[in-house]
Amino acid sequence: MAKNYIIDIQHLSKSFGDTRVLQDISFYVRKGEFVTLLGPSGCGKTTLLRMIAGFENPDEGTILLDGKDILELPPYRRPLNTVFQKYALFPHLDVYDNVAFGLKLQKVPEEEIDKRVEKVLKLVSMSDYEDRNVDSLSGGQQQRVAIARALINQPRVLLLDEPLAALDLKMRKDMQIELKEMHRKLGITFIYVTHDQEEALTLSDTIVVMNEGRIQQIGTPIDIYNEPVNAFVADFIGESNILGGRMIRDRRVSFIGHEFDCVDEGFGEDVPVDVVVRPEDIYFTTEPAKCQFKAKVNSCVFKGVHYEMWVDTDSGFELMIQDYDPYPVGSEVMLYIDPDDIQVMHKERLRNSFEGVVLGDGRVEFLDAEFEADTTGFAEGDEVEVSVEFDKVDLLDHEEEAEVSGNVAFILYKGNHYHLTVKTDSGQNIWVDTNDIWDKGDLVGIKILAKDIKLSKKAVADE
Amino acid sequence: MKARKVFAKAYLWLVLLVLYAPIAFIFIFSFTEAKSLGNWTGFSLQLYKNLFTGSMQNSSALLSAVYNTLLIALIASVIATALGTIAAIGIYYLRGRKRQVMSFLNNIPMINPDIITGVSLFLLFVFLGVSQGYTTVVLAHVTFCTPYVVLNVMPKLHQLNPNIYEAALDLGATPAQALRKVLVPALRPGMISGFILSFTMSLDDFAVTFFTRGTIGLDTLSTFIYTDARKGGLTPELRPLMSIIFLIILVVLLVINIRQSKQSNK
Repeated sequence: MAKNYIIDIQHLSKSFGDTRVLQDISFYVRKGEFVTLLGPSGCGKTTLLRMIAGFENPDEGTILLDGKDILELPPYRRPLNTVFQKYALFPHLDVYDNVAFGLKLQKVPEEEIDKRVEKVLKLVSMSDYEDRNVDSLSGGQQQRVAIARALINQPRVLLLDEPLAALDLKMRKDMQIELKEMHRKLGITFIYVTHDQEEALTLSDTIVVMNEGRIQQIGTPIDIYNEPVNAFVADFIGESNILGGRMIRDRRVSFIGHEFDCVDEGFGEDVPVDVVVRPEDIYFTTEPAKCQFKAKVNSCVFKGVHYEMWVDTDSGFELMIQDYDPYPVGSEVMLYIDPDDIQVMHKERLRNSFEGVVLGDGRVEFLDAEFEADTTGFAEGDEVEVSVEFDKVDLLDHEEEAEVSGNVAFILYKGNHYHLTVKTDSGQNIWVDTNDIWDKGDLVGIKILAKDIKLSKKAVADE
Repeated sequence: MKARKVFAKAYLWLVLLVLYAPIAFIFIFSFTEAKSLGNWTGFSLQLYKNLFTGSMQNSSALLSAVYNTLLIALIASVIATALGTIAAIGIYYLRGRKRQVMSFLNNIPMINPDIITGVSLFLLFVFLGVSQGYTTVVLAHVTFCTPYVVLNVMPKLHQLNPNIYEAALDLGATPAQALRKVLVPALRPGMISGFILSFTMSLDDFAVTFFTRGTIGLDTLSTFIYTDARKGGLTPELRPLMSIIFLIILVVLLVINIRQSKQSNK
């Protein structure tokens, strides 16, 4: 193992009851690095941070600090300090005693405590507040004290759990700059948890994008923004047009009914892919020679620095475009995309696939429910692979009329239809292509027609 | 409009009068020498003199009853405060349903009539073969005081930042240090009010004490007065004693209230 890994996390998994909150998490942090764990709420990022701090124990896996396993150490023996989301200052102590808390426990001599408290309060610009009651401070000031209290122990790694989430926008922006400055000045390794993608892009050396307890992508902010590895990352970080397409051959891809040059290779020929184009990477042109496709502007909204426009392409797709110049609604425009700006990704899946059991008389069980299906050629009790195309799944308003119900967990707009992830009551995911508009969290019934359920023999590994 | 105001005021004063009349009655008649309550034989401090010089019948028994009452209240409320605080912390960190069940179990003894608590404790001590006396009375008082401490500490825990204990551990405090240096100071107001409540509950308890004191002749103030009254009339010196107790409690309450309003003004 390389020497400059200060934290090395290997194969961490954790469940609370039946829910898997972390699944096989592995990554490392270099000394002095600013690493951000980024993801929507409930993705497991805070649990992961709490494991590093020692407040939770993983079911499996190890956490190495400077090459040594620290899982056996209780939090008060780990040379790490945490800045909590809601500050967690001690209400019965003043600012000085809050900051000096760690040093007093270590029985550091009085004069040295004085000196170090003064120094660290200066670092967070709170010099004249030593005697203040912590309740009398504003949110931003309290967070500065909390940062000072953590930094004074000179931790090997500073853990920050959404430290700016409770502050207003202006204060948050100022604190971001100060945190970055502190990180640069002190050279301490920071591990930072946030759900704010902009904050992550601003602050980090490395971003670890997480969703549903798994790492989706690890990379620099620029990598993650420009080359998202899947639709989730592309959608979560910044605005994007995510579209279904086909890789025709190396460096040539087709989507929205047109063919484009791109820079991606190695996908194979005639392979279904997902394509990401950032809205600022679609350009307007007046030269017919440059034009790759035509579209009609259907809305145009001023967003401060740029205009955000939705256009309908000649091939029936909707795209978002950001540009400094507005184009009037209803006007015909000519558009092109640079090969560099087309990001091609493997499709995560092509159809739904479930494990099922044939029940006899034309019924099959999967997703913890019974469905009618064509079971000719199968015997009762056969274990089968069930596959259903995304667009063959019907969602109903009235969940009681359907075989299975679930919640809409994730929505992706793919230019001419929505691609939904629906979490069923049994905890499994089913993916649905639909033109109907649903909201995240909607309770839906899931209906699949018998003719759309395709069964195949389960692949059995030969002994 | 005016009539309504007068009526409202009159009603308020009537309620206050009914509430405080018995205390005022005792207080006034503590300044006269008459043996039977209600006879006014002229102003005198004789009863107070008798009380403090001990020149009354049965005065040593009365003094030991006062002493017992205070000692039992002190020991029981100290133990109850410690137990109740730890229990509240434990219940607070339970998850979901378990927490509800435990809070519910904690609430039952408070609603339970004293007489039932007393009799059931009596039966329990007999069943276990514990000889009844000082220890059983203290145990019994701890039993009915602890839930009140839990009830007083719980809201403080809810106000507390949930990460505060972890923050202490994170800064290098062992769990015991975190409890002592962070949790207990933060919970102190709740513990103090729990302690005061326990102390007063213990002071004025009669039923539970009566059933758990055994036959060794242990008397607290309440059982002493009860026995005394049954023996034929209240000893006159109890009148000044009750007046003094009332005044002490009044002063304590005033001090607490003034301190609280000062703190909230800060």
